[in-house]
Amino acid sequence: MEFIWNFPLFSIVACLFVGVISSVLGKKAARILSWCLLGAVTAMSGAVLYYTISIGGSFTYMMGHFPAPWGNEVRAGVLEGMVAVLFSVIMLFAVIAGKEYIEHDLPKGKQNLYYSLVALLMSSLLALVYTNDIFTAYVFVEINTIAACGMVMMKNTGRSILAATKYMIMSLIGSGLLLIGITLLYELTGHLLMCDIKEAIDVLVESGQYQEPLTVIIALISVALAIKSALYPFHSWLPDAHGYSTPTSSAVLSGLVTKAYIFLLVKIFFRVIGWEVILQYKITDILFVFGVIGMIMGSVNAIMQKDAKKMIAYSSIAQFGYIYMGLGLGNIGGIIAAVFHMFMHGAVKSMLFISVGGLVEVSDEKTAWSKLTGSGYRNKVAGVAFTAGAIAMIGIPLFGGFISKILFATAAVDNSMVKMVITLLALAVSTMLNAWYFFKAIIRIYTPRGKREKAKKPTWLYVTVMAGFIVLNVFLGVFSDVVIEGIEAGIGMFV
Amino acid sequence: MSRIREDYEKTAWRRLVHFINGDEKDMTEEAGYEVETEATTQRIHDEFFEEAEWNHRKEKADTMLSQYEEWPETKGVVYFRKLYNLIAGVICVAIIALLLITAAQLPSFGGTDNPASNEVAERYIEKGMEETGAVNIVAGMILDYRAFDTLGESHVLFLGVCCVMILLRLDGTESERVKKEAESNDRIYEPKNDAILQCVAKVLVPVIMLFGIYVVFNGHISPGGGFSGGSIIGAGLILYLNAYGFKKTGRFFTMKTFSVISVLALGFYAISKTYSFFTGANHLESFISAGTPGELLSAGLILPLNICVGMVVASTMYGLYALFRKGGI
Repeated sequence: MEFIWNFPLFSIVACLFVGVISSVLGKKAARILSWCLLGAVTAMSGAVLYYTISIGGSFTYMMGHFPAPWGNEVRAGVLEGMVAVLFSVIMLFAVIAGKEYIEHDLPKGKQNLYYSLVALLMSSLLALVYTNDIFTAYVFVEINTIAACGMVMMKNTGRSILAATKYMIMSLIGSGLLLIGITLLYELTGHLLMCDIKEAIDVLVESGQYQEPLTVIIALISVALAIKSALYPFHSWLPDAHGYSTPTSSAVLSGLVTKAYIFLLVKIFFRVIGWEVILQYKITDILFVFGVIGMIMGSVNAIMQKDAKKMIAYSSIAQFGYIYMGLGLGNIGGIIAAVFHMFMHGAVKSMLFISVGGLVEVSDEKTAWSKLTGSGYRNKVAGVAFTAGAIAMIGIPLFGGFISKILFATAAVDNSMVKMVITLLALAVSTMLNAWYFFKAIIRIYTPRGKREKAKKPTWLYVTVMAGFIVLNVFLGVFSDVVIEGIEAGIGMFV
Repeated sequence: MSRIREDYEKTAWRRLVHFINGDEKDMTEEAGYEVETEATTQRIHDEFFEEAEWNHRKEKADTMLSQYEEWPETKGVVYFRKLYNLIAGVICVAIIALLLITAAQLPSFGGTDNPASNEVAERYIEKGMEETGAVNIVAGMILDYRAFDTLGESHVLFLGVCCVMILLRLDGTESERVKKEAESNDRIYEPKNDAILQCVAKVLVPVIMLFGIYVVFNGHISPGGGFSGGSIIGAGLILYLNAYGFKKTGRFFTMKTFSVISVLALGFYAISKTYSFFTGANHLESFISAGTPGELLSAGLILPLNICVGMVVASTMYGLYALFRKGGI
């Protein structure tokens, strides 16, 4: 047993501990502590990733003195390592780049509590990534839900509180359905540990017992996580929650929180229910249909928005549609494409939200497009980052969006005729629509207002972080082979 | 930024921009505004304030406003609401029916050959006392076998208070109106020197507190534990507060007490459990022993953790009540 095996535990507990400590610190101390924490978590996740790649396998870690079915367990493989690294890097970037917005938007005396929420949210994200026990997942889903709502509501304007209330209601419905699903699953299998549940389910499917409850369980868990990750008909909470919160919250919410639920769903599909059983119960077809509808409707709604942040939020809904469509394709290629798109979207969308925050900042805090005219000249760094993010989102080569669209298309070609045609058509239409509103946005921010604009002088920290974001995105585009190989290996370890 | 050409508005690029934006008129006005001469600007200005125009606009606004006010009563909305309620009802009934059917098909409750009565439950029941040192199997399960889940769960509580603090705590930066409102809320809802309440509280509060402490300290021996005992203590604190007001409770429970308790208790919880997880997973010798089951000082970490959880729960309950009442602890 290597010392690195302890790192998942250390990173989760460190986040919990810092979350509690931050609540009594001053805002500056809390900020520096949270930066250090996120840096340390990134390093530990990196070490876990490096280790799992070098041994070419996964490891399970016993939480306490009792082995798995009795005690808790965490597990780390290549895919878990990659997701953890990506999550911690994006969180670090979003928190550092959002520093000024946090100071500006949030109530002065309570900013330390924001860093508390950030740390606790990070702990829940990591726990959702590493856990090998479905009830632990539920406990941290609770933390995730409350912390995310707190981050939305903290801006403390009427609209953000309303948005947080909406989000809370939808998210709690999701949690409730997930809990019912987990309870029923326990009733049928007698286990909470993922691999043991899977063994029990394989036996059930073979003997043909309890087929109806099993169907209901699969449906409940899928719907629960679809609500939480804003699949199309359940998306109504998302535009407000992302549109009316401080840029860091928007970035973290769309880049990480929803992704953690999607990752949990992938994990449940592969490690709890079993991919064969999932295909047998046809839930993938339903996800596919809603994913495709989401791809189109999200983009159409995005085109109709007059508000910059809401446009990006609707664009997120379209991208979640892509991811669910990938899951719904029902072959490994589709899953790989979905996971890659999840990475790509996490990196791009958080950058877009942060950069829009920068553009809004120099346009009298107005988020309407008509006020953002020429803002790319006033805040040059944010303008460049926004442009990079937009073209990555459309899917222009050099950036990740291109790769993920190719992956979707190739996965679709391996599929049945109907799914292939629908996927390719939906990809084409959605890409066109994407290009429509993102090019519109780029042209808008680079249309001069007619007089010489005064450019805002960015801090070196902001420039560094935005450069980091762009590098991350270019990395996902240029070195996609490495990433895809990793995803493939990680999914191989799931089974 | 580059200089703008005189005929910028007429270039092909600009027309493309209009086309893509789709808001031709709006953009022309906005971008064209700067290149217009002063005379035209003046003219637009005059036109805008022309009286007839102004009256016309006002009339339009008035009709729009009345339309807006009548909006909830207009028929379409009523029908929409009816339809909405109908659909919501149908979906609810469908989900209830689905869940009931599912529940009817589950293994019978408490059956001996249920999937749930397997080696996991067996070991908890048969070896739980021996392995954790706790007579109360539930305490052994939540604070030793599955302590990681409970670690998360106790942070959920803390997170709840954090969010309430973000929403409701007054920290001196609020407007006068908010402050006054909070104060008057407190004055209206606070029972003032109610003799009956004070008499009852005088007798009950010490008993409740003692009982709460008993439940916490016996969590590993008898039914109870940190969560239940903590909420009893919290209820006692709230009763005391209602009877005697913030002046009395403020002598021993302030914001500072709250922070110290939650940070120390949760910090101890996290650190001690990390130690225990670390030694367990790495198969190291841990200095925490299970002790003799049934004694007060036994069951390793369970007793201290119960005390920590109890303190957190009690202060959380009191804190939530105080925050809702006056926006501070």
